[in-house]
Amino acid sequence: MSGYMAGVLAILGINVIFAYGIYLTAAAGQLNLGGAGFQAIGAYAAAILSVELGFGIVSTIVLATLAGALIGFLIAFPILRTRGVYMVLATFAFAEVVVGIILNSDTLGGAMGMIMFDYIETPAVLWTAAGVVAFVFYLMSTPIGLAMRAVHDDEPVADLMGVNNRAIQVAAFASGGALAGLSGALYAFYFGFVEVQYFNAFLSIFVLLYVLIGGTQTAWGPLIGAAFFTLIPEALRIGEDWRFLIFGVLIVLMMIVRPEGIVTRDAIDRIVARLMPGDRRA
Amino acid sequence: MPEPILRLEAVGKHFGGVVVLEDVSFDVRAGSRHALIGPNGAGKTTLFNVISGVFPPDEGRVLLDGLDLAGVPSRRRIGMGMARSFQNIRLMPHLSVVENVMLGQHARPGLLRKLKPVGLLPKSRERDEALEVLDRFGLDAYRGQVVANLPYGIRKKIEVVRALMAEPRLLLLDEPAAGLNSTETAALRDFLMEVSARGVTLLVVEHDMPFVNSLCEHVTVMNFGRRIYDGPAAGAREDEAVLDAYLGTHHKKGASDAA
Repeated sequence: MSGYMAGVLAILGINVIFAYGIYLTAAAGQLNLGGAGFQAIGAYAAAILSVELGFGIVSTIVLATLAGALIGFLIAFPILRTRGVYMVLATFAFAEVVVGIILNSDTLGGAMGMIMFDYIETPAVLWTAAGVVAFVFYLMSTPIGLAMRAVHDDEPVADLMGVNNRAIQVAAFASGGALAGLSGALYAFYFGFVEVQYFNAFLSIFVLLYVLIGGTQTAWGPLIGAAFFTLIPEALRIGEDWRFLIFGVLIVLMMIVRPEGIVTRDAIDRIVARLMPGDRRA
Repeated sequence: MPEPILRLEAVGKHFGGVVVLEDVSFDVRAGSRHALIGPNGAGKTTLFNVISGVFPPDEGRVLLDGLDLAGVPSRRRIGMGMARSFQNIRLMPHLSVVENVMLGQHARPGLLRKLKPVGLLPKSRERDEALEVLDRFGLDAYRGQVVANLPYGIRKKIEVVRALMAEPRLLLLDEPAAGLNSTETAALRDFLMEVSARGVTLLVVEHDMPFVNSLCEHVTVMNFGRRIYDGPAAGAREDEAVLDAYLGTHHKKGASDAA
């Protein structure tokens, strides 16, 4: 595997994990435009734990993931008091606050960033990503996953069906924060360097696009969306000058042609029906 | 006389200055098929919302098996044996039929059960149970479809099946026959008779009077937020106040007065 290919695959792995972090909240009906904030928390937690406190790689990654979960849990309570576009703005503001704190903190290196001493290779990132994909597919297949999708579709009815909406939404934020934090820790170890400028508004927008363009109806969406967003720009490198223009046009086309995302339940049903005629999926 | 499964004691509800329910009291006997009827705007759906806990009553009490439901959150009531359907179908549009039905199992106890990867297992008790009920009510053909694409009558039935999945003792149905044709209505009545035969108490809001008369033995009539009749279904047809509410105050004097 060439160094370039390994690098692209590692970024793909990190983006897939990050996308699932945003997907978990989206699946329960909340749009999180603060992805970069959660990823920054994971990355900087990893930097402090590894560089300053001397933790090993595995324990650092586990603790950075938990840091993401804890912040996600705590931030869920004020954010869930808002609705719709205000929630999107609240999460966006959260990410800006995180970046602002890092930028003004000497301990966290401010605008200079922090250098990591330990590092991980592409296979470690990909195995972790595979584990996350398996976990999310598992979660979405359980009655809890079903309850999350019910909360997404109709909160009052989910409540009358016995679903604890608040608990589901808080858990979605916490587990989403965990995955975004995990992706940040992997990013830190893979690139060996964290700088706050990377965790900007564009990153939050892009990861939300991975999820929305991929589709929120099934666990396939973020996987396809992250792959689309990571691999297409690389494939478009041939026409370097036009690359971002072509990419932008592709996104607009996707939104027109498939407003519910690339992967929808209907699409999966049709594919399954074609592959296995006679077997009606349930 | 057995303890009523549901008792309403002087229930009142107002939204701002508008009084929607006033001093509504009646009992629903366990195992009965009880209709709640009245002209549009009489407060029937509001009463359903109070009973199911969507919002609390401003006055009075709602008792389930003699237990005051004040302070019991709406999501806990399904676990206490009360499930409901909605006037405008409220199925989850992005879930398949069988997933919608399985959502009705959510209130059953057991944390481990909630962690079971039902969607990935080729077979599970939860899914089998949902499929069996769908099969019994002739809905098997639709099981894998997303509900948004299904005909109205089918969705209406699925909503009732979903409520049944919670294994309720009291089933609240808000206009189950609305929008159904006569064949579908007859099938729904047979279906509800079967549900009733299994010991489930039915409280049904309905406008279709032939449907009510063929299904329910007991009727409560409401008008302008008040209970105006509570008794056997046959008696409602001769009750003065009920006739007034449905036909107008001068229904007896007729055209001669108007002339």
